[in-house]
Amino acid sequence: MAHAHTHDGVNHLDHSHDDHHHDKPTGIGRWLYATNHKDIGTMYLVFSLIMFFMGGAMAMVIRAELWSPGLQFVDPLFFNSMTTTHALLMIFGAVMPAFVGLANWMIPLQVGAPDMALPRMNNYSFWILPFAFTLLLSSFFTAGGGPAGGWTMYPPLALQAGTSFPLMIFAIHLMGASSIMGAINVIVTIMNMRAPGLTLLKLPIFCWAWLITAYLLIAVMPVLAGAVTMLLTDHYFGTSFFNPAGGGDPVMYQHIFWFFGHPEVYILILPAFGIVSEIIPTFSRKPLFGYEAMIYATASIAFLSFIVWAHHMFTTGMPLAGQMFFMMSTMLIAVPTGVKVFNWTTTMWKGSLTFEPPMLFSLAFLFLFTIGGFSGLMLAIAPADFQYQDTYFVVAHFHYVLVSGAVFAIMASVYYWLPKWTGHMYSMALAKTHFWLSAVFVNVLFFPQHFLGLAGMPRRIPDYNTQFTDWNRVSSLGGFVFGLSQILFVIVIIQCVRGGPKASAKVWDDATPEGLEWTVDSPAPYHSFETPPVITEENTHPSH
Amino acid sequence: MANAHTPADQGKYYVPHGSPWPFFGSVSLFVLMLGAALTLEGSDSIPGSYVLMAGFALIFVLFYGWFGKVIEENQAGMYNLDVDRSFRMGMMWFIFSEVMFFAAFFGALFYARNLSIPWLSGEGAKHATHALIWGSYEGGWPTNGPLKLGPHADGSFEKMDAVGLPAINTLLLLTSGVTITVAHHALRAGNRAVLSIFLALTFILGFIFVGCQALEYHEAYTERGLQLGTGIYGSTFFMLTGFHGLHVTIGAIMLTVIWLRTLKGHFTADNHFAFEAVAWYWHFVDVVWLGLFVFVYWL
Amino acid sequence: MFDVNGKKLTAVLAGLVATLPAWGYQNQSSYNMTQGVTPVAHEVYALHMIIFWVCVAIAVVVFGAMIYSLIAFRRSNGAVADRTLTHSTKVEIIWTTIPVFILIAMAIPAAKTLIMMEDTRNSEMSIKITGHQWQWQYEYLGEGVMFYSRLSQNSNEARQRGSGIDPATVKDYLLSVDHPLVVPVDTKIRVLITGNDVIHAWWVPDFAIKKDAIPGFVNESWFKAEKVGHYLGQCAELCGRDHGFMPINVDVLSKEDYAKWLADKKAAAAPAAATALNVSAPAATAAVAP
Ligand code: HEA
Ligand code: HEA
Ligand code: CUA
Ligand SMILES: [Cu+2]
Repeated sequence: MAHAHTHDGVNHLDHSHDDHHHDKPTGIGRWLYATNHKDIGTMYLVFSLIMFFMGGAMAMVIRAELWSPGLQFVDPLFFNSMTTTHALLMIFGAVMPAFVGLANWMIPLQVGAPDMALPRMNNYSFWILPFAFTLLLSSFFTAGGGPAGGWTMYPPLALQAGTSFPLMIFAIHLMGASSIMGAINVIVTIMNMRAPGLTLLKLPIFCWAWLITAYLLIAVMPVLAGAVTMLLTDHYFGTSFFNPAGGGDPVMYQHIFWFFGHPEVYILILPAFGIVSEIIPTFSRKPLFGYEAMIYATASIAFLSFIVWAHHMFTTGMPLAGQMFFMMSTMLIAVPTGVKVFNWTTTMWKGSLTFEPPMLFSLAFLFLFTIGGFSGLMLAIAPADFQYQDTYFVVAHFHYVLVSGAVFAIMASVYYWLPKWTGHMYSMALAKTHFWLSAVFVNVLFFPQHFLGLAGMPRRIPDYNTQFTDWNRVSSLGGFVFGLSQILFVIVIIQCVRGGPKASAKVWDDATPEGLEWTVDSPAPYHSFETPPVITEENTHPSH
Repeated sequence: MANAHTPADQGKYYVPHGSPWPFFGSVSLFVLMLGAALTLEGSDSIPGSYVLMAGFALIFVLFYGWFGKVIEENQAGMYNLDVDRSFRMGMMWFIFSEVMFFAAFFGALFYARNLSIPWLSGEGAKHATHALIWGSYEGGWPTNGPLKLGPHADGSFEKMDAVGLPAINTLLLLTSGVTITVAHHALRAGNRAVLSIFLALTFILGFIFVGCQALEYHEAYTERGLQLGTGIYGSTFFMLTGFHGLHVTIGAIMLTVIWLRTLKGHFTADNHFAFEAVAWYWHFVDVVWLGLFVFVYWL
Repeated sequence: MFDVNGKKLTAVLAGLVATLPAWGYQNQSSYNMTQGVTPVAHEVYALHMIIFWVCVAIAVVVFGAMIYSLIAFRRSNGAVADRTLTHSTKVEIIWTTIPVFILIAMAIPAAKTLIMMEDTRNSEMSIKITGHQWQWQYEYLGEGVMFYSRLSQNSNEARQRGSGIDPATVKDYLLSVDHPLVVPVDTKIRVLITGNDVIHAWWVPDFAIKKDAIPGFVNESWFKAEKVGHYLGQCAELCGRDHGFMPINVDVLSKEDYAKWLADKKAAAAPAAATALNVSAPAATAAVAP
């Protein structure tokens, strides 16, 4: 696979232009018409950050309303639409685009490619997103307000919505299309654009994690599209998919949704696994322990994720055999996930550890994701799930895996690669402050929610009995501080973009970062590998 | 490659320098979706159908412009084998995503037939459902559900038979699968006349299929009491065959474009990604039909 | 074997938990699951505590190893990386198989409890429960008794935005209803749960029952309350604007009190309720009566 590429000038068809035009496009056109993987990656990351803040602001409304019993600020319906859009924004707007942004930035650099394989489609998959979220959020200004049926959109409730209904459905179609295109680009780049000699078993683990995630995306996003299309036709065209009077079943929706939804939660965590698998070895100054086992574990998780979906539906009255099957298959996921946790731990074993911000966030990930995994395992035990289901115990579970899991990993990756992107070091002190505030208050925020759930507080309620006041107050307090500390994150990033001590090519010089991305200058040149790099033992992940 | 001194010759991976089309495409999709939403909600202030039409127009311009650009680049020899491989892989995974879209609807069909209908009619794990709510419902397949939804006052309807039009349609599509393969061989062998004849045959068969499908729908709506709202049978029948029909239409249009391109002299024996992509797509449409024929019409 | 251990563990813990302050829900601590008042609830509580402690035990080992690494192998302590330590098939096999065994050990009691929960045979009476936006409807099958149950008046007033009423002054704020479900103690009661408009879920923590109320379908569950008392629960599936305001109350009475209550109810409402039943479920009574 020989690779290099052309920088043709303005006119693609004019071959008299030589191959060494390094002029960056300027102005707004640079962004609107971008085909450069770094520009597109940057747009994805910035978009994701904006969505994180908007979704977070909605979470703050939720936490403020739940500060004490009695309705304080908002109408119950508005509360429900906060919950619903908070989740949609965080999942489809913040976490997934952040991962795609990282893929855009890092995959071509890590595989030694000139760019992503399909640069124009790359731009397309990004620009669909702002429009999709405009569509979704515009529903707040229609009669009946925003979507309020939960991010899971269960019928018949979801069908009761007003004008927000088609806007939400079509927004989801667009988000799905965007994700599929992003995933195709990742697969093709990794499978077709690797530098000569970079065999699959030398591939950086982040690429591996993303590759498997991309397969998941292509397999399940269309299923979500199908599910919401059925909602749409049930609502407007009189079909009976979810209407028992015509022979359908509301629970059928849940099966289709969760066939998407469960793999989706691994879509939200596998790239995070990839990230920490890059960072922990670097700051342990040791190669990743069990590189191949990590790949097999990731693949097993992906495979299992297709046969566990109904663990979200234990209370729907599934036949006993179904409950048994889904309980046991779900429990099995603990095995490959455990393998990953053990491998990370062993990577640190006999290492030489230092605690830079990326490492700190990865370590917090390690501890807190595992806690979220344990509560997941408890949820998987069907008889116990009858008590946990739809309570704050579930809310606690998924925020542990999503916030202190996925989001922390994203923050770790930003702190890891930011100097590579900008060419500057950032303020370690500020970043560490950000870390400690986040790591402490994320627990203040979400740990008490376990107690609330066990004590019987249902989720998706705007008001509650006085017995739940204390822990809600602790949680809200944690939420406010956690939210405010995220402002530090933005400050660190802006400062670093603006200037700072010059970063070297390796950035973490006294650690051992591995991979091709560290062989190029910081900031990485506008065009990545114009001629394929030569693969050596030093610049790839020594897998053996 | 055809032209000398092209970047492709030098083993370079072609990276386009910036393109307005993707952004234009995002705007088009936005207008289209907004138009669809407004139309469905019957908004009076902004006539939704105009927005929807504008959306379709923009999409048309999008395909014309974007694909036109790609064709132009390809004809100019900008793409090397690696680019070609990227396109191929991209198309394969796109088709796989389409397969999964259909899988959702097949899943709904299987679920209804094997789980929800038996439950509603008192079989299996949920016999109280029947006893308490749907006392007189007998289930079976085809069915429009316990309340016999549909256009006829007495709830009666007729299912589509597998023999007759659907069988003819099967034949049409299978034949078109053969003709496109013949066309492909002709292209490889450099036999342009056979190529364009068999390619034309393929999309003509495709359009005839769509025509038959329209006839079938007409009959279903007017004579059989079988409509989109005819319970779960009508829902699964029309959504599955409808989405399939839509794909056949798109496929046939793509075949037509490819055919026009062959007339213009595009494609060579070893450089014809677009041809193959459309051919794969056509085979995919074919395979889905076989699934439909078996599970929707026959069993 | 695991069972026995679990029971011992549970007994110890039950003692511990009982010493914690409890208010609001009956038998309810403010940070752990209720032990409940039905055989199933006890099983579920025991199971919950087992899996919780198993997770804690694993956490101690795993987090212990992590923390040890963080302390022992820090560069500031002079640790030098051993870059040869990259893989070991032996340990991979060990840490793949041990979890499998732990999981099997958890799955066995879980499966047993699940089977017990789903066994609605030999019930002594049946109640049909229908979720509406936003109230519950109870029908005593074969008895001709039917009534609705909604958020109690004082909670409803207090919960309005700007009501000026302090929720703390309202007894069982948001958890009390006007007409509780009334059932006899020590009786296996089958509940048949369905929904009228959207999906709701009928959840009473003390009975460890949570079942979705799905329009057009009927789900079954059962409970056998061992203690006379007043038990609280809530709707546990998002069902629209007032999802948070459709609580569930169950009064468990002694058998005699229940008989008296039933007789009164029948006398008062017999004609009306019978018609209602006939309308909603023509073929039901005969087929479903226990
Ligand atoms: C990143 C996202 C993410 C991840 C990774 C997970 C991981 C897991 N989840 Fe979670 N989950 C969600 C996101 C996620 N989940 C969301 C968003 C919901 C709610 C959706 C909604 O309703 O809105 C949800 C809900 C949810 C439910 C439904 C709850 C309910 O509604 O009643 C269940 C039930 O089984 C479950 C289980 C699990 C399990 C078993 C895992 C496992 O993958 C965890 C495996 C990890 C470990 C177990 C820890 C590490 C392992 C070891 C140290 C090895 C040794 C351990 C043992 C042998 C025990 N999850
Ligand atoms: C990746 C996904 C993701 C992320 C990152 C988060 C992040 C957060 N979530 Fe979210 N959440 C979900 C996914 C996620 N959540 C999902 C799927 C649901 C279920 C929805 C449903 O039931 O349908 C849910 C539901 C949910 C609930 C339950 C609502 C209910 O049941 O009614 C709550 C309640 O506390 C909550 C809180 C929070 C908080 C406080 C954060 C915080 O981590 C957010 C922190 C970030 C910020 C706060 C923004 C940054 C800072 C500023 C904007 C500065 C200004 C700050 C202040 C004014 C303090 N979330
Ligand atoms: Cu009824 Cu929630
Ligand atoms: Cu899941």
